[in-house]
Amino acid sequence: MRRFATLALALLALGAGPRSGFETMTPELQAMQRDDFANPGMLWVAEGEALFQRQGCTGCHTPAQMVGVAARYPVFDAGRDGPIDLAGRIAQCREQRQGAAPLPTESPEALALAAYVANQSRGLPLAPDPDPRLDPARRQGEALFRERRGQLNLSCAQCHDDNAGRRLAGSAIPEGHANGYPLYRLEWQGLGSLRRRLRSCMVGVRSEPFPPDAPEYLALEAYLAMRARGLVVETPAIRP
Amino acid sequence: MSSLFSSHCRSDAPAGRRPFLGGLLAIALLRPAAAATETMQAAIRGFTGGVAPQPGGVTLDIPPLVENGNAVPLTVEAESPMTEADHIRAIGIFNERNPQPHVLTAVLGPWSGTARIGTRIRLATSQRLVAVAALNDGSFRFAEAQVVVTLAACVEG
Amino acid sequence: MARTLLRIPATAARGEVVEIRTLIQHPMETGYRPGADGTVQPRDIIRRFTCHYNNRLVFEAALHPAIAANPFLSFTITAAESGILVFTWEGDNGFAQTETRALEVV
Repeated sequence: MRRFATLALALLALGAGPRSGFETMTPELQAMQRDDFANPGMLWVAEGEALFQRQGCTGCHTPAQMVGVAARYPVFDAGRDGPIDLAGRIAQCREQRQGAAPLPTESPEALALAAYVANQSRGLPLAPDPDPRLDPARRQGEALFRERRGQLNLSCAQCHDDNAGRRLAGSAIPEGHANGYPLYRLEWQGLGSLRRRLRSCMVGVRSEPFPPDAPEYLALEAYLAMRARGLVVETPAIRP
Repeated sequence: MSSLFSSHCRSDAPAGRRPFLGGLLAIALLRPAAAATETMQAAIRGFTGGVAPQPGGVTLDIPPLVENGNAVPLTVEAESPMTEADHIRAIGIFNERNPQPHVLTAVLGPWSGTARIGTRIRLATSQRLVAVAALNDGSFRFAEAQVVVTLAACVEG
Repeated sequence: MARTLLRIPATAARGEVVEIRTLIQHPMETGYRPGADGTVQPRDIIRRFTCHYNNRLVFEAALHPAIAANPFLSFTITAAESGILVFTWEGDNGFAQTETRALEVV
């Protein structure tokens, strides 16, 4: 009986779909992420909450309405005829609905607001927007994910699909799921966006990162959301 | 932004110009083993006023293997009834191979209830840490721990 | 003003030992790290943290560059009477911040 149970568990583990980078962290880092009074990312969430009130977001949205939002993004934006991510939507809201200058991309304030909004979805499974108009972007994103790049001639997939779970030097290679952004990376000693991580990966394989507002980022984000479907939002995640 | 002691982290990165430069910097920043031990011992003597701390009675809880040296959680707890007559008055934490031997010095008293403190520290590389507790009777106790820092394979910069 | 997170129980029994946890947003720039232009960035750290409980100093810490960015500190105090906890962080470049919390002893 016990053998069957073990086997069933093993099969479950094998066929369990995407695996969060949380699973491969040390217990100490997992504890840091779980405890809101130890997780330094919560400093940005608290800042974002204050900004959400102060900057008039509450004129249209209640915090409760933000629950589940981050789990759907990127979504299709008719005006842009393409995907828009959460940071893009916040910037668009400020510009078009508040008539204010958008916060500089990836500024501490922009990261804090995104962290606060995404934190409202913490614990909810990623459920990407099913809109088929996002399919071309997702296909482009997947192609980019599988495309070899840079002097090291490596694709994202070669590390994060083919070799996930193995080790590179002393580090575990995670599956590379985007389910905790913005997240607090110990390497950064601060909160950072998925785009920062993508740029960092591109530099890591010695390739030229896409320019700051390149559509390739949105395509990758749209694909990554689908790839991580079902994983729960962890914002603000901790990663080494 | 690169990691704190980025020079050292880069020395473990794949081949390239930066890791090489990083390696040189790492040599400049990290003290040789014997000198490192002496620098830490001098810092500890500064804390104890020259009194030699005795082992035991102190727990230094830190993961033996860490994935990134930029924020390593640790707790120090000294056994003590924490009464007026018998208490820990201070705790000092020291390291062997960061650019400076000092980490943290905390002042406590009987009102603390326990002699337990926690923080998060930076470790430039694998090394030994020492926690020293100062008792109100003028004696000192210590605990030490060895930590292995495995450096990230993929870092910015 | 740096953002802080403080975990303090709202109420405690008289004589109870309570754990206090503090987090503050601060880069803790070590003074050893080269910036993007290759020059070493000047040190910018929090050097001292204190906790006063009804005007009595109950915890004090001296911090060095080896303390991680966004410093976390935990310690305990004995809840003696209802009152005010005052937390201060002081550091380089005139950094100074104070937070105040009430502790009700029942």
